Amino acid sequence: MDFDVIIGFETHVELKTDSKLFCDCPVDYDALPNTLICPVCTGQPGALPVLNKKAVEYTVRAGLALKCTVNRLSRFARKNYFYPDLPKGYQISQYDKPFCEEGRLEITSGDGQPYAVGIKRVHLEEDAGKLVHSSDSFEASEFSLVDYNRSCVPLLEIVTDHEKNPLRSTLEARAYLEKLRQTLRYIEVSDCNMEKGQLRCDVNISLRPKGSKAYGNRSEIKNMASFKAIGEALEYEIARQRGIIEGGGEIFQETRLFDEAKHLTLPMRSKEDAPDYRYFPDPDLLEIELPDDFVDNIRRSMPELPDQSVDRLVGQYNLPKEDALLLTRDKRVAGYFSACALFVQDRQRLSRWIIKDLFRLLKKSSLSIAQCPVPPEGFSELVNAVTRDEITEKMGRQVLEEMFERGVSAGSVIAEKDLKPIRDLKTLERLVDEVIAENLQVTAKIREGSTKPMDYLIGQVMKKTRGKANPKELAKLIQEKLLG
Amino acid sequence: MELCDRTASELARLLQKREVSSREITESVFRRMDEREEKINAYITRTRELALKLADQADRRYRHNESLSPLDGIPVAFKDILCTKGIRTTCGSLMLRDYIPPYDATAVEKVLKAGAVLVGKTNMDEFAMGSSTENSAFGPTRNPLDPERVAGGSSGGSAAAVAAGEAIVALGSDTGGSIRLPAAFCGIAGIKPTYGRISRYGLVSYASSLDQVGVLGKSVEDCALMLGIVSGHDKKDATSAHTKTPDFLRSLNKGLKGLRIGLPKEYFVEGLDPGIKERIMAAVSLLEDNGVHIVEISLPHTPYAVATYYLIATAEASSNLARYDGVKFGFRTRENVTDSIMMYELTRSRGLGKEVKRRIMLGTYVLSAGYYDAYYLKAQQVRALIKADFDKAFEEVDCMVTPVSPCLPFRIGEKITEPLQMYLVDIYTASLNLSGLPGMSINCGTIKGLPAGMQIIGKAFDEETVLRVAYGYEKSIYR
Ligand SMILES: [Zn+2]
Repeated sequence: MDFDVIIGFETHVELKTDSKLFCDCPVDYDALPNTLICPVCTGQPGALPVLNKKAVEYTVRAGLALKCTVNRLSRFARKNYFYPDLPKGYQISQYDKPFCEEGRLEITSGDGQPYAVGIKRVHLEEDAGKLVHSSDSFEASEFSLVDYNRSCVPLLEIVTDHEKNPLRSTLEARAYLEKLRQTLRYIEVSDCNMEKGQLRCDVNISLRPKGSKAYGNRSEIKNMASFKAIGEALEYEIARQRGIIEGGGEIFQETRLFDEAKHLTLPMRSKEDAPDYRYFPDPDLLEIELPDDFVDNIRRSMPELPDQSVDRLVGQYNLPKEDALLLTRDKRVAGYFSACALFVQDRQRLSRWIIKDLFRLLKKSSLSIAQCPVPPEGFSELVNAVTRDEITEKMGRQVLEEMFERGVSAGSVIAEKDLKPIRDLKTLERLVDEVIAENLQVTAKIREGSTKPMDYLIGQVMKKTRGKANPKELAKLIQEKLLG
Repeated sequence: MELCDRTASELARLLQKREVSSREITESVFRRMDEREEKINAYITRTRELALKLADQADRRYRHNESLSPLDGIPVAFKDILCTKGIRTTCGSLMLRDYIPPYDATAVEKVLKAGAVLVGKTNMDEFAMGSSTENSAFGPTRNPLDPERVAGGSSGGSAAAVAAGEAIVALGSDTGGSIRLPAAFCGIAGIKPTYGRISRYGLVSYASSLDQVGVLGKSVEDCALMLGIVSGHDKKDATSAHTKTPDFLRSLNKGLKGLRIGLPKEYFVEGLDPGIKERIMAAVSLLEDNGVHIVEISLPHTPYAVATYYLIATAEASSNLARYDGVKFGFRTRENVTDSIMMYELTRSRGLGKEVKRRIMLGTYVLSAGYYDAYYLKAQQVRALIKADFDKAFEEVDCMVTPVSPCLPFRIGEKITEPLQMYLVDIYTASLNLSGLPGMSINCGTIKGLPAGMQIIGKAFDEETVLRVAYGYEKSIYR
């Protein structure tokens, strides 16, 4: 049987506002436990939430970047459930009137074609605290402690559409999540650091026979925080459901957990056990009316989006699209490139140097572009030196490494190592003569018409110059000497 | 007359003239407590040491002509639902028996900044759920006028304290009538201002869209004085209004002449104690003698007010009280538990009282999937109709006069086993919480020694007219 796979994402992203969603406490992931708390975010009796305007701005910015409709009227709702990390016994979230609805995010689909993934809604809610267990799991622990630093941190929830352009494969799911993360980083609303839990996903999967219009029951896998886990869980779940349906069985709607160690999903609770969250409008917060000029201002000041960045690099600098895609994957790299492009004429060479050489060095030392010890001006100087044949490509790489390791300029490395190419004809001729004298057998072969040993001779001269001569020039010289 | 039996306004004048000291007044209040608290039980926590210290500070300010406000040096009590930094705040519940807030409620902060002397935290129905102050983990408060009877609730401790001279003025809270009813039962004055007039920050939530801080005093003037001090926008409460606080004291003397006062006919029907009706009508005649025009009006959705109130209040309460789970603060069961669910269940079963649990269960049901539309949503729709009734009626009148309660103070234990009977006590007061309008309760005479209360209802943010009518009536009575 052939199946259509339908995948849905509920992605939670922590916004990088200075303060929390409903109180003035700072947001800082590295602070000591329970040092960034107050009556509001610990749910003290009588404390009341007051909405952080910046978080609304970020939400609207995200909504606009995802081509959503921004609702004029929206409100917060309480999601009621008990859990030790939830200080008030309810989470302030959004239910029937989210800030943004009905958008799309363009990805490159499995067949290489563009595909606009449907976005159902983008809403704002508060994060819960963090449980720290005395043992590996909640169940096995003698005691657990709660850190409320994270409590009330603004959380963006982005939900994909099930009906309008849903995700149809693990490949698309991955492309979607990458593009979403890239977009949110571009618009600077979140760092989306998955290791720090700043981006987490609930993923749901259902299968239906190809061509069928009805939806199959779906299983939901909760709280995943790495691409690897999401990919594995999806593959496992698709295979599991396929196996059951092909075996004549039935899929039940349920929530499952992904066991990363065993690479499989396990049932957590069935539809019947699904909690009733008793959503209702939060009476502590009034309905929010977003004035037109508030939304317009956000629209006007919208940072460049990834697709626009690619178009700009292709259009303005004449780069191949593949290069542009690589350079724009991280906004800061695109920024680095643009900064260099102010000083460098040969943009294609610049792009190659960043993609091949700078990326290699960054990767080797596990640095991000923001931590790159070579500033754009210095990098430009190096690329220009190569372009002007002041140094060879190979030397350039050595120089870059020195610059990278010691944080010095290209010029000073070149001077210090005496890397300036030998341009003086007399010196070169003297060296060529020496090499010819030392390799009489080889030169004889060349005189007989063989071209092969040419490279060997050039290599020998290069050795004497410690790589500082231009090989093309040397070839010309040797030929003149041997063949007249 | 003892100092503790005088009004805040009188005492303020005496303090200003340095004829008495705050210490003398405060000592008089504590002497009264020593005499009567055993019987009345108006307080959960008394703060004698702190009070004397605050009184001495106030006296020093008076000596240096640096008094902070007319309330400087006046003994006040706070309902134990208002958070006081460093002083336990119990909400009348075992759950919060040992809870010490890390912060002051905004209303508390304003009163203390005005120089008032905090004498204690008053008794109340647990989490403000009740109409008699019998639902307290610290025992019932008794009516100072007749200790066999209830003081009304839920701010019964505040009302009894003021009535008995155990405080000069007090803060309370009103979700369905919780200031106006005990004020009426104890024969004093109390006002629930418009929703949003006073910050709710630090007022422990029962039903957020209905809760409002208010004041209780022996006279209308005292209420006006205190109201002026606690009102005003607070950026810590998103529902607090951006309205300027008028000079309430100045509005008192504007007289009654020419005012149009409505009598909603639905408030004078069967179920109302005939004696109370008689007293109200007598008061109405007196107002008429003073130049007021009386207009019969209609608030047709009145019969639905109590049901609507209990649906919305319990729904919000079920969520607001979820934080009392034994995890972070307050009571936690000492029994052996095998998991967190069991810890929640035992903690909440033991830590919360019967009426509170009843309302949490009702509210949980009201919000449940499949019932939400039929109950909560419907109740919100009726709430809008009740509000529209008032809007329409207020096109014709400046304020309204009604009874506060359908009955006189009842005996302790009389209604405690009959929750529905108890709920009906709020029949004339709950509509104002649903519509957010200001309402004041003042005494309009006694029946066999028991006080009858008259409610004056005003337009939104027009406490001035409410106070003006109340003051005009009070003056004409004493003339
Ligand atoms: Zn906080």
